[in-house]
Amino acid sequence: MAKNTNSTSYEFYKQKNKEEMKYQLITFALMIIFTLVSFGMVIAEYNPMFTIPVIILLACVQVGFQLYYFMHMSHKGHGLPALFLYSGVFVALLTVLAMVTIVWW
Amino acid sequence: MSSDQLQRLKPGQSPHEPEKATLEGKNKFLGFWFFLGGETVLFASLFGTYLALNGPESNTSGPGPAELFGLELVFIMTVILLTSSLTSVYAIYHMKNLDFGKMQLWLGITVALGLTFLGLEIYEFYEYVMHEDHTFTSDAFGSAFYALVGFHGGHVLFGLLWIVTLMVRNSKRGLNLYNAPKFYIASLYWHFIDVVWVFIFTVVYLMGKLGG
Repeated sequence: MAKNTNSTSYEFYKQKNKEEMKYQLITFALMIIFTLVSFGMVIAEYNPMFTIPVIILLACVQVGFQLYYFMHMSHKGHGLPALFLYSGVFVALLTVLAMVTIVWW
Repeated sequence: MSSDQLQRLKPGQSPHEPEKATLEGKNKFLGFWFFLGGETVLFASLFGTYLALNGPESNTSGPGPAELFGLELVFIMTVILLTSSLTSVYAIYHMKNLDFGKMQLWLGITVALGLTFLGLEIYEFYEYVMHEDHTFTSDAFGSAFYALVGFHGGHVLFGLLWIVTLMVRNSKRGLNLYNAPKFYIASLYWHFIDVVWVFIFTVVYLMGKLGG
């Protein structure tokens, strides 16, 4: 496979990688903005009943960006990784729910 | 592993996705995502423990979350770890273009940022233990805090050792179909560490500051 030197397809994929890198940079900028908003809201001392759901939502969106762009889950061939990860997330939510309700209910 | 896999890949060659060009690489990729599913559950149990034990009832000695945490340091640590995630994206970008030298350079920057993060975390823990009387054994809040944040720090340390080992082991080999999946998976691990940190700074530090 390494012997197959095809410079046209190399240039094609190089261009494609470059375009993807642009999206990664936009993703990074958005993640920094979300982080700034989260910290800003806490420093501004809004009502915690409003701030807590918003910063948790921002964290979830930021993690989504990380998974789908930085970890390439938006690419083809990520069906099984998504199944593994979301099974993990499902058990994770049950775990947190169980531990918190046992103590705080 | 065949000798074909150990042949050095150079810019200008196929394949464009060296990390998934072999069956071995595909298996590593699937196995690693399965592991990440398990890691999610592992960290969830630590987050659950922390959320259950960070109230005033279990904070019997030493300061509580709202007095203890300083947001400046946490913000700097967050930006550093987030940036290191981007630099490892650059490393994989150069790997896909089969440019080994640039990949090593960006991995090196990632490691430097990771070490900075780790140093700041050690400084933070040192301050808590020496000046704030907040230790692992002071109360249930202390145990839950150090178990969660310390376990994440342990992951950062492991990720750094992993990336450095790969960089040193393959420094003279260059990129080939045998080690490309290894670099790719190490970068996935590094991103996952950042994923966990996003929830730590939100749930532990920001919500702690809000007193909730």
